[in-house]
Amino acid sequence: MTIDISQFYKVFFDEAEELLAEKERLLLAVDIDSPDPEDLNAIFRTAHSIKGGASTFGLNDMSEVTHVLESLLDRIRKGEMALTGQHVDAFLAAKDILKMQLDGHRNGADVDQEAVANVRMMLHDLSEGVIVPTHQPTVPSFLHAEPKQQVAEGAHRYKIELPDLAKRDVDALVDELGLLGRVSVVPLAAGRTALIIMTHESLDDIVAICSFVLDPSDLKIFEAPPLTPEQRAREAAERARIEEEQGYGFFDPAEPEDASAHEPTEDELGYGFFQPIEQIRREAGIVAEAPPPAPVRPEPLEITEVAAEKKAGKKASEGSHAQGAESSSIRVSIEKVDQLINLVGELVITQAMIEQRSSGLDPMLHQRLLQSVAQLTRNTRDLQESVMSIRMMPMDFVFSRFPRMVRDLAGKLGKKVDFITNGAATELDKGLIERIVDPLTHLVRNSIDHGIEMPAARVAAGKSESGRLFLSAAHQGGNIVIEVADDGGGLNRERILAKAKENGLAVSDNMSDADVWQLIFAPGFSTAEIVTDVSGRGVGMDVVKRNIQALGGTIDIRSARGFGTTILISLPLTLAILDGMSIRSGDEIYILPLGFVVESLQPVRADVKEIHGQGRVVKVRGEYLPLIPLYQMFNIEPRLTDPCEGILVILEAEGRKAALFVDELVGQQQVVVKNLEANYRKVAGISGATILGDGGVALILDVAALLRSSRQLSDESVLF
Amino acid sequence: MSTQPTNKPNDAHDGSGSANTWPSLGSEEYGIDILKVQEIRGYETVTRIANAPEFIKGVINLRGIIIPVVDMRIKFNLGTPTYDQFTVVIILNIGGRIMGMVVDSVSDVTTLSPDQIKPAPEMGTAFNSDYLTGLGTVDERMLILIDIDKLMSSSEMGLMDRMAA
Repeated sequence: MTIDISQFYKVFFDEAEELLAEKERLLLAVDIDSPDPEDLNAIFRTAHSIKGGASTFGLNDMSEVTHVLESLLDRIRKGEMALTGQHVDAFLAAKDILKMQLDGHRNGADVDQEAVANVRMMLHDLSEGVIVPTHQPTVPSFLHAEPKQQVAEGAHRYKIELPDLAKRDVDALVDELGLLGRVSVVPLAAGRTALIIMTHESLDDIVAICSFVLDPSDLKIFEAPPLTPEQRAREAAERARIEEEQGYGFFDPAEPEDASAHEPTEDELGYGFFQPIEQIRREAGIVAEAPPPAPVRPEPLEITEVAAEKKAGKKASEGSHAQGAESSSIRVSIEKVDQLINLVGELVITQAMIEQRSSGLDPMLHQRLLQSVAQLTRNTRDLQESVMSIRMMPMDFVFSRFPRMVRDLAGKLGKKVDFITNGAATELDKGLIERIVDPLTHLVRNSIDHGIEMPAARVAAGKSESGRLFLSAAHQGGNIVIEVADDGGGLNRERILAKAKENGLAVSDNMSDADVWQLIFAPGFSTAEIVTDVSGRGVGMDVVKRNIQALGGTIDIRSARGFGTTILISLPLTLAILDGMSIRSGDEIYILPLGFVVESLQPVRADVKEIHGQGRVVKVRGEYLPLIPLYQMFNIEPRLTDPCEGILVILEAEGRKAALFVDELVGQQQVVVKNLEANYRKVAGISGATILGDGGVALILDVAALLRSSRQLSDESVLF
Repeated sequence: MSTQPTNKPNDAHDGSGSANTWPSLGSEEYGIDILKVQEIRGYETVTRIANAPEFIKGVINLRGIIIPVVDMRIKFNLGTPTYDQFTVVIILNIGGRIMGMVVDSVSDVTTLSPDQIKPAPEMGTAFNSDYLTGLGTVDERMLILIDIDKLMSSSEMGLMDRMAA
């Protein structure tokens, strides 16, 4: 069987782009001196998610970069390293590299491998050298463009007058000299330029660098006096003004959290206030038209391009990619879609009213009006269908991503896994679908990586060689329950407890299993011994729980040592569409979710038995089921009180069966579930509400809750 | 006959007073902050919620959202609740939650200046005085001014699940 995953690439690209943007936002906002651990975790998670996605799709170059990035972030996150401005710069650079790679995969844009290698080196160096020198302007080649302010102190200031050179050469020279210190460009008369460099390096080094581009004998170098504080202040003011004019005020200096990001930007923008235009043009990524002369080394120029991109924030990069990245789909906020759906719902009701009122008219006299009404009916129905289809998607959309991933992953780890899905046709709101993908991916990976044992271990444990991984979705008790189950080794209680103690979590040895399992949702918690490319850093479960909770759902773990682990995700039904059976009791109409309905029947009198003080039971196919009269549960004024005149609907939920006594069955229809809690509160026995064709409201019964409380029927307070 | 107040008082924000709608319940006239009022509708059939207190009439469909409707006349034992063509539902927006309140009629929209508002005495109305902001006087008529936010969010009404902190 071949599975086409190309359709998912786009999803990944979109997601990765969002994650990168999120990462940048977080990086820019992070307080370097006292970073919020939550922010660091969040940054780490974005990197981890990108890595996960990239390796799923086999985009190895991206996963390699993120892997290095992640290692460094992990150390910072665990407090093994202090966050410095250098780190943030490096992370931003890595973000730009990832963006470039992403565009490379998406649009076939050029990827600068040199820059990729440089960033990887830099990240690697940073994570290796535990003690990173606070200011070391030369070594991390990438950082040359933003030496610290301190460089200026005690440094020499040289003025280098250049002969008539092409702009490109000047730029190259500026970049090279940038490795030594801070460089600024001063235009001179007759098209010539002078460079002012502030550096600790000797004059000889400067000459040596210049000789790459031009004949040293053409150079005139003077040592200039260091700037006085007044001059510096004036420059700063001037720079600020220029930035303002050029629209570079996107690091709002008024915002304190941006102050850290703001400072290096100013520095980067150049030193001299006389030359900002050229500098800015370079930052904006405009390549000089002059033909490139032979002796220029191209690498540093490329690096500066990336640095420049970073300096200009996303502005430059967005600009250059905008044309290529016009996509064929748009991302619209869920609220807008909801609003649209509600409006269409109103329209349908209005249309039904018009239809009803016009049905009494004489078809001969009002033929044209009636034709128009018929047309309106058709159009409205089509409109409603298309609008609804925006939101609803089968779970298959998520499930079908996994077989390939499972196969690749199992192959990589040398395990054998049978992947079984169930309930792929369960329809789920698109908003939920999109947001359940990440958590599910993590869970599936975890199951394969940690859950299912190696074939040899399985055989030794008396299990079949290949593990089984189940993924299923179903409507249950007013929720959608998604289950990820494996028949692997199960969770190791002792190891989790030991790890929790190590991490300083409050635990005790006599915690219940369920509480112990919940521990694995703590950030940074992983029980895997080796951190692999697949998982083991312990971010996964943290993300999973967070995402599920954001959807208003819950997550549960059941695990038995040696028998496997089942993870149950329960999501609220909000906006999910439900197949319902409408029933009537007295004057009221309720909706029963069809999934719980086994059958409906009219009992014969002999099958209904009274149990003293316990209510009634009914015998259905040799089984005695409790009889629940709906009118009694809900205090409805009954029309019928004799089950033999009405209808019994046999319901099954959570392994319990019961017969619900109603007056009649009205019909079967798909209903849009609306939640009651938004404006009211949870109501016992009711899982939600829906709007009927006439604009009225019908409540949807919570079958599981009804069956649970059926035993205490006589006690009316049970529902409260 | 009730008059339909406009939802946009001209001087609601002039700082000197607050615009109020005057719903009447039984024989008394009440004033509530007009900025909490989203719209005013006629009374329509509600869907009863099983086992809810009697004053919670049920839920209705307000353009696609489900909102609860309470009848304050039942809650505070004010006269006999009747539902006729004059019965009005005031749709309130309390902290983002939408709910309907059944009243006998809505009579006017007015702006009260601070000197027209007197502190409420400890007794004399059906409401717990915690929910009163004061008594307003307009042309010899007395208005009972209600802190509708506080009233509707109170646990006494049971309209909201316990507020998560």
